[in-house]
Amino acid sequence: MAQHTVGLKAPVKSLGKCPTGIKGLDEVTGGGLPQGRPTLVCGGTGCGKTLLAMEFLVRGALEFGEPGVFMSFEEKSEELAQNFASLGFDLDDLEVRNKLAIDYVHLERSEIEESGEYDLEGLFIRLGYAIDSIGAKRVALDTIEVLFSGFSNEIVLRAELRRLFRFLKEKGVTAVVTGEQGERTLTRFGLEEYVADCVIFLNHQVVDQVATRRLRIVKYRGSAHGTNEYPFMIDDQGFSVLPISSIGLDHAASTERVSTGIPRLDTMLGGQGYFRGSSVLVSGTAGVGKSSMAAHFVDAACRRGERCLYFAFEESRNQIIRNMRSIGIDLEQWVDRGVLEFRNSRPTLYGLEMHLVTMHKAVEVFQPAIVVVDPISNLVASASDLEVKSMLSRLIDYLKMKGITAFCTDLTAVGGSLERTDVGISSLMDTWLLLQVIEGSGERNRGLYVLKSRGMAHSNQVREYRLSDEGAQILDVYVGSGGVLTGAGRINQEARERLEVLERGQEMERKQRDMERKKAVIEAQIAALRIGFEAEKDDLERAIAREKLHQEVLAEETWTMARSRSSDQPPAAAKNRARSGKAGGR
Amino acid sequence: MTGAAKTRRLPKCKAEEAENAWQLRLYVAGQTPKSLTAFANLKRICEEHLEGRYRIEVIDLMVNPQLAKGDQILALPTLVRRLPDPVRKIIGDLSNTDRVLVGLDIKPLA
Repeated sequence: MAQHTVGLKAPVKSLGKCPTGIKGLDEVTGGGLPQGRPTLVCGGTGCGKTLLAMEFLVRGALEFGEPGVFMSFEEKSEELAQNFASLGFDLDDLEVRNKLAIDYVHLERSEIEESGEYDLEGLFIRLGYAIDSIGAKRVALDTIEVLFSGFSNEIVLRAELRRLFRFLKEKGVTAVVTGEQGERTLTRFGLEEYVADCVIFLNHQVVDQVATRRLRIVKYRGSAHGTNEYPFMIDDQGFSVLPISSIGLDHAASTERVSTGIPRLDTMLGGQGYFRGSSVLVSGTAGVGKSSMAAHFVDAACRRGERCLYFAFEESRNQIIRNMRSIGIDLEQWVDRGVLEFRNSRPTLYGLEMHLVTMHKAVEVFQPAIVVVDPISNLVASASDLEVKSMLSRLIDYLKMKGITAFCTDLTAVGGSLERTDVGISSLMDTWLLLQVIEGSGERNRGLYVLKSRGMAHSNQVREYRLSDEGAQILDVYVGSGGVLTGAGRINQEARERLEVLERGQEMERKQRDMERKKAVIEAQIAALRIGFEAEKDDLERAIAREKLHQEVLAEETWTMARSRSSDQPPAAAKNRARSGKAGGR
Repeated sequence: MTGAAKTRRLPKCKAEEAENAWQLRLYVAGQTPKSLTAFANLKRICEEHLEGRYRIEVIDLMVNPQLAKGDQILALPTLVRRLPDPVRKIIGDLSNTDRVLVGLDIKPLA
């Protein structure tokens, strides 16, 4: 054993972390708040300091079995109980079960006269008593700065505060101390100089009339932590932080394919559709059928039994269901079966971060296989370009990490370049489909292009995208000298082509017939020639025979004559002469 | 001086009632120098200004920490005037007599 450890550093006991149980915060802090040490939570009015402190205690009591003491300087126990009941926290019940002790400290300057030296031992005793009575492991002090308005002797106060934090450390409790934001400092009275281990800053900013809550870990001694500003939200389940940038680019890449719901589009995308877990962007101007394409995808997924989450920022749930029915898609059945869920909200309802936090939460709760964002460009309305890009990349990364296929539609402004997306998100997307309006012959028709599709062979051709009662159809377009033809032009062209085919067929038949005819003529001519030849041949043969006969007769005559003249010339010579004489005559 | 004060403030009260007229509670934490000083100062002031009409109750929070909550005690020592109404609080070792008198609303006799 000893040999193994040689050369290795002795194990260092790292800082213990006290999990808060607050969604996202533990991830940002790398496990929770520093165990046994105080943490300062500061921020402006209404930024959620009290909630964070209380949720830390309640979750500690409920989820981690650590009782907590809440010392409130601002709100009475009853008020706290009422306020937190709306978040589903039953503080009274927790108090009865000795999981939580709330001590309301009332401090009214006008009721107190100061005479001579004093210290805050009473506070220590109260706190110590509360901690000991329930065996608390967590303490929240909200807002301790009230002390500064309650006592005039700041020197004593600061000394006592220092002692208080030492006291808390000695008690071994993990404490959350809240403080009001100062003008130039983190807290109005400089509490940060006492609480040096962990400082969390909460911010509630309003930009363009849209409020966004953000959280930042200003410092965290002895621990790595996320340094960004993280958006967070407060809803009916309490506090949740979106630990967006903790997501790296190391998600698994699936080779599984999912159908687009439109058979010919599958064919265009290498025959099988999108990759599972990839991100798909469909961009186009208004009314080109982006949502219809989304509906097809959703419908196909639901048919396979996959869960879909549909974020709609333009239309209400019922409107989408009604509209999709017109192209023969019944989404309501999937909603009824619980595989499809709509989340509709106005883009301007809250800031982009809040939208994304809400989306995160919805995804966490619903656990879908497919997420549709329709349209993503509307989110942009509520934030600046820079934010949008970073936030959307976080969302897409998050979905990829979860292996969720993201289908986003993007409304391109009329007049702008179609291949430009407002937010430059196209580079984040794996598959980018462009729906374009093609005008011509007094019509507007839709053209579909696959601009890119990472990791698959895809069609480079434009197709006509048509919406009918039976859903979206993808048809070939005609590319000719007059450009791309769609719609009526395409039908026209189809008719023309049919005519051409017919004409060509007829022409061929005619030529065939011509050939047959010619052949017949030639054959007839050949026969005639042959007949003529035969006739001539007969004549010639007859002439030859006659000549032969004539010669024989002549030779016979000559020989007879010679014989009669008693010539001594042999008849053979006479015969030869007669033959050559005949040849010469011809 | 005290006699005048007595007659002016509580002209016809009985001794028993007079004793209960001023109910003072001094919260301390153990026998610290501050606690002792506070008690001594309080005793002196009461003797001077409220002779026979006061009752002092000393509460040691080291012994009874649960009592701190009721009177909203933070600083120590704290003197609480339970009676007469309204409740008033004075914190500190009560070394500044004038402030104690103002705090307890005792008008020093000229």
